[in-house]
Amino acid sequence: MQLVLEKRAERSNTIALVSPLIAIGLTIVTMTILFAILGKNPLLALHAYFIAPLTDGYSLQEIAVKATPLVMIAIGLSLCYLANAWNIGAEGQFLIGAVAGSWIAVKTQGTDAGAWVLPAMLVLAAAAGALYALIPAICKVKFGASEILTSLMLVYVADLFLDYLVRGPWRDPHGFNFPTTAEFDPVATVPLLIEGGRLHLGSIIALLVVAAAAILLGRTIKGFEIRVVGAAPRAARFGGFNANQLIILTFAVSGALAGLAGIIEVAGPVGHLQPGISPGYGFTAIIVAFLGRLNPLGILIAGLFLALTFIGGEQAQIAMKIPLDVTKVFQGILLFYVLACDSLILYRFKLVFPSRQVTRGAG
Amino acid sequence: MELVEAIILAVLAASTPLLIAATGELVTERSGVLNLGVEGMMIVGAACGFAGAWLTGSILVGALLGIVAGTLMSLVFALMALGLAVNQVATGLALTILGIGLSGLIGAGFVGERITPAVHLHIPGLTDIPMIGRVLFGEDGFVYFSVALIVGVWWFLYRTRAGLILRACGDNHVSAHALGYPVLRIRTFTVMFGGACAGLAGAYLPLAYTPFFIPGMTAGRGWIALALVVFSSWRPGRLVVGAYLFGAVTILQLHAQGWGVGIPSQFMSALPYLATVIVLVLLSRARTGGSTAPAALGTVFVPDR
Repeated sequence: MQLVLEKRAERSNTIALVSPLIAIGLTIVTMTILFAILGKNPLLALHAYFIAPLTDGYSLQEIAVKATPLVMIAIGLSLCYLANAWNIGAEGQFLIGAVAGSWIAVKTQGTDAGAWVLPAMLVLAAAAGALYALIPAICKVKFGASEILTSLMLVYVADLFLDYLVRGPWRDPHGFNFPTTAEFDPVATVPLLIEGGRLHLGSIIALLVVAAAAILLGRTIKGFEIRVVGAAPRAARFGGFNANQLIILTFAVSGALAGLAGIIEVAGPVGHLQPGISPGYGFTAIIVAFLGRLNPLGILIAGLFLALTFIGGEQAQIAMKIPLDVTKVFQGILLFYVLACDSLILYRFKLVFPSRQVTRGAG
Repeated sequence: MELVEAIILAVLAASTPLLIAATGELVTERSGVLNLGVEGMMIVGAACGFAGAWLTGSILVGALLGIVAGTLMSLVFALMALGLAVNQVATGLALTILGIGLSGLIGAGFVGERITPAVHLHIPGLTDIPMIGRVLFGEDGFVYFSVALIVGVWWFLYRTRAGLILRACGDNHVSAHALGYPVLRIRTFTVMFGGACAGLAGAYLPLAYTPFFIPGMTAGRGWIALALVVFSSWRPGRLVVGAYLFGAVTILQLHAQGWGVGIPSQFMSALPYLATVIVLVLLSRARTGGSTAPAALGTVFVPDR
C-alpha cells in the first residue's frame, strides 16, 4: 500500500478557497506543540499571539502600521511571481528606497524647505527601489543570470551601504555616536491620521496600491499578459507576449513599491534612518504574497494576519518571555503549510496497492 | 613569507564551508532538484553543531549533530518538493526562513559562550616545513574532509553506474522513470546528501572558523554556495576553483580593511556579494551556446502510473 499524488482533472476551487485557512489551522496546531516544548502554557501563548493584540486600540493601530510595508511589498512581489519572475531581494529594494528618500530628508534638515520635501522623498524612494530591482531583472534578461541569486546578493550590498551612511557621512553629530541620522524635520515626516496615534498616511497609500493592483490584474491587458506568461509560457509566446519585457516591468514595479514602503517606514514610524529598520519585511512579504494566493485582496488580509503575528510575538515576549525567534519559526511553518495545501488544488492523494494494480493492468 | 602562508591558510578556512555546502547542492541539482534552502540548513547546522560541541565538549559530536540537523531540514524540503510536488523555489525560500528562526531559537542559550575550536593536524617534521608545511599538513579535519568529499563526489558522478543514473534523473526524469529508475527516491537521497553537507558546512563556522555562535553567522554563505554551483557549470572540478576563488576574495577584502586602504569597510565587506553578481552575469553571458544546467533542474515530477 502506498500513498501517491495524482493530478486532478481540473483545479479544485473549493480547496483554493479553504487552503489558506487549513494552513493557518495546521500552523496553530504546530505552534501549540512548540509552545509546550518550550515549557509555556500553549493556550496563554496563543492568546498573547492572536487575541491580545486585537483587544486594544493601540495594538490595532500598530497592526495596521506593520501591515503597511508588508502589503505594499507583497503586492509587488505577487506581480513578479505571477509572471514567473523570482524577485526575492525586496528587502534590499526596501532599504535602498529608505536610503534614497532619506537623502532628501538629511540634506534639507534644518532648512526652511517647504511641503515639497515629503512627496519628493516618496518619488525618489520609489525610483531608487525600481532602479535597484532593475539590476537583477536586466542581468536576467540580457545575460540569463539567475535573478534569484542576484536579487538576494543585492540585499547584503544594500544593507552594508545603509550601514556605511549612518555610521559615516549621515551620522547625527548630536547622536552620542549612535549609528543613526538626526530625527527628520516635520516636513519630511509621513503625517499621522489620528493626532497622538500610530496610524499614518502610509496605510492609505497601501490600500490604494491594493486597489490599483486589483484593477491591473482584473481589468487590463497588461495584467492578463502577466498572468498568462506565468501560467502558460508557451501559450504566451504564441500570443506574442514579450516575457522579457514583463520581467523588467514586474521587477521595476515591485522594486518601486518596496522602495516606497522603505521610505514610508523610515519617515513614518521610525522617524530617522538607522540600521535594522526592517525586521525582515522583504522576506516576510514573500509569505504574505503566497498566503494571499498572489491576489491583491488576499494579500491585504494576509498582510494584516502576519502583522498580527509580529505584534503578538512582541507581546508574547514581554508577557511570557517567549523568544522573538518563535515568530520567525511561526512564519516559516506557515509558508510550508500554505504551499503544501496549495498542492492539493492541483493534485489529490490516492492509495495504491502495487501488487493488485499489476494484475489489473495485465487483465 | 609568513604573511603569504597566513593568507593561504585563511583562504582555505574561508573556502571550506562554501566548498562543503556547494558540493552537497551540486549533487542535489545534478539529480534535477533545486533546493534554495541551503542558507537555512546551514544556519541550523551551525546552531546545532555549536550546541552539540558545547554540551559534550567534542567537536566530532558537534559536527555530527550539524549533519543530522541539516539532513532533517532537507527531509522537510523533500517531503514538500518531492512528496507534494510543491514549487521548489518557494519551498527552498520557506526552508531558509524557517531555518533562520529555528537557529535563533536553538542558539539563543549559547550566544556568548565559547568552545575550544577544532584542533589542527600536526605531524612533527612535515608541518614545520616552511611555506607549504602548515598549508598541507597543518589544517583542521574539516578542510581535509572537504577535499575528500569533492573528489568522492566527482568519482561517484562520473565513474559509477549509480552516478550515471543520478545524472540521468536530472537531465530527463521522464526517461529515467520509463527505464524503471525510482526518480523520486533517488532525488530524496540527493536532497538528504545536500542537507547533510549544508549542515556540516554550517557547523564548521562555530566549530572551526570562529569558536562561538552568533545568530545569522552564515551571512549569506548558503546563497553564495548556490551561486558557486552555477559558477561551476555543475562540474565538481570547477567547483573547487570557484570555492577557493571566493574564499580568496573574502580574505583579501578583510586584509585590505586591516591595511587601512582608504575605502570604507562596508564597501569591502560588500565585495564577495558584488563579486557573486558579476561572476553570475559574466558566466551566464559566456554560455550563449546553450545551458549547461541539468535539463530537468527545478521542475516538478509526478510519476504516471
